[in-house]
Amino acid sequence: MKTLSETFSDRQSKTFSNKQPKTFSNRQRILLLSALLACLALFSLSMGRYSNSPVDVINAIRSRLGLIPQSDISMENIVFYVRLPRIFASIFVGAMLSVSGAVYQGTFRNPLVSPDLLGVSSGASVGAAASILLGFGMLQRQIFAFIGGILAVALTATIPKLFRNTSNMMLVLSGIIVGGFLNSVLAIMKFVAEEQTELSSIVFWQMGSVSSVKTRELVAIGPVYIICTILLIALSWRINILSFGEIEAKTLGMNVRRIRGIVIVCASLLTASAVCISGTIGWIGLVIPHLGRLVVGSDHTELLPVTVIFGSIFMLIIDTIARISTSVELPLSILTGFVGAPTYAYLLYRQRANSRSFLKER
Amino acid sequence: MKGKTKIEVLELGYAYSGFGELFNGVSFTIKTGEIICILGPNGIGKTTLLNCIANLITPTKGKILINGRDMNKIQPRDIAKTIGYVPQTVIPSFDYEVLEYVVTGCAPRLGTFERPKEEHYSIARNAIEQMEISHLSHKAYTKISGGERQQVSIARAISQQPKIILMDEPTSHLDCGNQVKVLKIIKKMAQEGYGVVFTTHNPDQALLLKTKIAAFDKDGNFSFGTYKEVLNEGFLRSMYGIDLHLYNIDEIGRSVCIAPIL
Repeated sequence: MKTLSETFSDRQSKTFSNKQPKTFSNRQRILLLSALLACLALFSLSMGRYSNSPVDVINAIRSRLGLIPQSDISMENIVFYVRLPRIFASIFVGAMLSVSGAVYQGTFRNPLVSPDLLGVSSGASVGAAASILLGFGMLQRQIFAFIGGILAVALTATIPKLFRNTSNMMLVLSGIIVGGFLNSVLAIMKFVAEEQTELSSIVFWQMGSVSSVKTRELVAIGPVYIICTILLIALSWRINILSFGEIEAKTLGMNVRRIRGIVIVCASLLTASAVCISGTIGWIGLVIPHLGRLVVGSDHTELLPVTVIFGSIFMLIIDTIARISTSVELPLSILTGFVGAPTYAYLLYRQRANSRSFLKER
Repeated sequence: MKGKTKIEVLELGYAYSGFGELFNGVSFTIKTGEIICILGPNGIGKTTLLNCIANLITPTKGKILINGRDMNKIQPRDIAKTIGYVPQTVIPSFDYEVLEYVVTGCAPRLGTFERPKEEHYSIARNAIEQMEISHLSHKAYTKISGGERQQVSIARAISQQPKIILMDEPTSHLDCGNQVKVLKIIKKMAQEGYGVVFTTHNPDQALLLKTKIAAFDKDGNFSFGTYKEVLNEGFLRSMYGIDLHLYNIDEIGRSVCIAPIL
């Protein structure tokens, strides 16, 4: 056995391979998955009721770019004003919900947590329902939902301060309190709503859809998506340390309250932005991070980028099914539940089979 | 290890709001190369005292000086460069690789947005080698035994490159063999110049290591000194409220603390 001081002095002299050999490097994996996402997006672009032909889509793009004379103006409009914004919306929403789910799970040290933990979704639902009851249009509904979601998280974050207990557990309990209260508020709103018009609007909003998303909304949430995601990925190694718990993070010299604050604000902004354009969509924020962990492990530096792309791919597939499978537009939460719940069961089974169980020893 | 480091605990007191005073007037000095064992009955404040020194909680009275500087005026990041902490083993929620876990000991030396580089992985690998657990490097932290996890935690504290290492009940949850193994590690670390402070429920461990003692009796009175000065039968009996005997056994070269037949 060497002495400790020797250990530190000769540390340069040895060469080790950094990690276990893996099938793909982190970068290769991201590139491959991005390519897959791009292919799926092109495929989805050519799917739809007006025309199913990829050739038509390519022609529409070429004529848009001025490469060929304009022939089918309605196809061009459908591609650029209907399908493309919708595809981007599903990619954004999937990524945002998944990455905030992964981050919440890490920060709260619980793989069973979803992005609604701190009441974002309940708050957004109350906001959206309020704007529906007030007879406002689409834009106000989105703004109300966003503000409702952020206010709910702010309220959740305030309660532990009143109790002078800023532990994680207190924050989670506070989220349950706020969520429960807001659900009752929402129930009152539904109760007084006009059944045929308002109530059905609220119910449909809660089932989630990106069918009406236009470029304007994408431009509005785009910066939030990009800035918060980049910030979270930049902090991902610190999220690893947060996931060891407050005591360990503190003894490693980390400013736990500040880093946790930034992380929660970013994740909540992402969730609120996604929910405000799409309505509430269940399962994705819970399932996709698990899928990511199964593929790349728990290290958030590798997990977060993969989760972003997995979330995009999953949501894109779900939304494509939603718009082409039946003549009626299917609400997204129905599909995410049908696909997500069995997937989650399968992932838990795989996790158990790998004996990578988090359930076993707790 | 170069450079002596000294932590002075001065008239420290801690009171939980609404629950009254836990301890008061605790003073002692921790030096590099020394082992200090914190003893006392359950609930008397051993872990609370350790947590105050680790800067996890702020004492309600008194102060702690690191090399003469008030701890309150030092950045947490800089405190973490001097003081390492080995928590009571907990099973984490996520299955990080052991190496990934150990490398987080380099966190105080990395910027907020920085990630560990090859040099930090080298530090971590050497700390792992030091604990003789290289075979665990790529195992999941959730999948190793309690004794191994304790060694991994110590490796993480070593990769923090501190001067003083605090351990909260490092031998709890460990079998007899692993307990002695961890105590051996503590001795070796002290020989190499680390200051080690640990809490334990077993006063015999202090005799095994011939440590200095920081002890609370059952009324919360604090005493500090070498094991010879502090540990006598009367003190031990009043501390734990049971019949305890001290025998010096020449064959094993130390005193032992044992209870008679029940």
